[in-house]
Amino acid sequence: MKDVDRRSFLKISGAALGIGVLYQVAPIATAEAAETFRLLGHKSGEAVTPFSFIQLSDAHVGFNGPPDPLGTKAFERAVDMVNALPQQPDLVLFTGDLTHDSEDKDVHAKRMAQFREIASRLKTKKVMCVPGEHDAGLDAGALFRDNFGPSNYSFDHRGIHFIALDNVSRAKPEVGPDQLAWLKKDVARFSKSAPIVVFTHRPLFDLKPEWEWFTSDGDDVMNALSGYDNVTVLYGHIHRDHEQEIGHAHHYAARSLIFGFPEPTAPVKKPYPFDKDQPFKNLGIRVVNAAPKQQLAVHDVELTLREFSGLNGIQQILKTPEL
Amino acid sequence: MRRYRIGLLMLVALVVVAVVPHRTRAQDPKVINITAKRFEFVPNQITLKKGEPVRLVLTTADVTHGFYLKPLKIDEVIEPGKTTEVNITPQTAGTFLLICDHFCGVNHGAMNMKVIVE
Repeated sequence: MKDVDRRSFLKISGAALGIGVLYQVAPIATAEAAETFRLLGHKSGEAVTPFSFIQLSDAHVGFNGPPDPLGTKAFERAVDMVNALPQQPDLVLFTGDLTHDSEDKDVHAKRMAQFREIASRLKTKKVMCVPGEHDAGLDAGALFRDNFGPSNYSFDHRGIHFIALDNVSRAKPEVGPDQLAWLKKDVARFSKSAPIVVFTHRPLFDLKPEWEWFTSDGDDVMNALSGYDNVTVLYGHIHRDHEQEIGHAHHYAARSLIFGFPEPTAPVKKPYPFDKDQPFKNLGIRVVNAAPKQQLAVHDVELTLREFSGLNGIQQILKTPEL
Repeated sequence: MRRYRIGLLMLVALVVVAVVPHRTRAQDPKVINITAKRFEFVPNQITLKKGEPVRLVLTTADVTHGFYLKPLKIDEVIEPGKTTEVNITPQTAGTFLLICDHFCGVNHGAMNMKVIVE
């Protein structure tokens, strides 16, 4: 058991619930793996203890238009849905576009205040945010920092190292050299096997550059993390669920809470039209569960609940969600 | 003999005057002026020839915009009050979507231009 590769025993997997993403660190099935993990945790002190966290993204508070005339209803429903989970998550990660931008700074500030008010209804009080371009593109992140502090930071939670990256405040889709230097310094103290979760707004790989679904120095970011075996990247921006494995890293996108975009292979980037019979279709969250001797289990959860689909239509927004 | 030499020199000079500027013009790249403004490029479609040099002259009518097309290795910023020139010789035929990649406002995501390389 000397050369234990923790990568084999701790992975994040997810599922879209429709209001975000649920992440789980789940047990490894084999007795050998469990024993390996026990010994590893004893040896390194890195043992992960059970917990779950949620990824929410792209609420665009302040947006109210044809693809979604319901404004913040989906975001509020997502909050209700998370609060209704039998096991409350330790964390909620919000991967950008908390608000829809406005030329009027006062209007934008009010939208940010409204975002915070709705987010404050979460029973989980540890809500960690990164900005999206609609939050930070026009003021280089000033409003975001006024509300949440630095737009890039890191923290440890129950054996997992979380890194918030800002790839929007420079107006272009990039992290920039200063943040890249910070990232390298931040991760330098960790061992190769440390579980790392990066959360950011735009994808850190070229998902579809002609739709601005990329980060120009994303390769530099991933190269800085290439020496680590267990890297999970959570992002938003693309308003749909997406999963991709590149090298050692798993990349997951969460659905939005305002309107959906088509898959990257579609010829045109055009929001899905609003469906009054299924008002939350294509919207969702991610939920992640983490536990010792377990893989991180990432679940994509769509907001639309089948029982409320069809003729009941718009009535679903008035009902209490259940998972 | 001297008159002959002078005549020859004048003839050479005429050829130089007539031919050299013509050759310079032939080597000059085609120039296309493009204006960026929220939330469009004008014109919103250009056609280029594969292997033929072209100079794109970029200005903005309002705020800072980006000018990004990875397949043609174009990545520029267009700033107010400045002219940005992009000299390229496209080597790949196809139809591409060039985007503004410098966030410029609420409809930024829809600001693009079709580039056809024949």
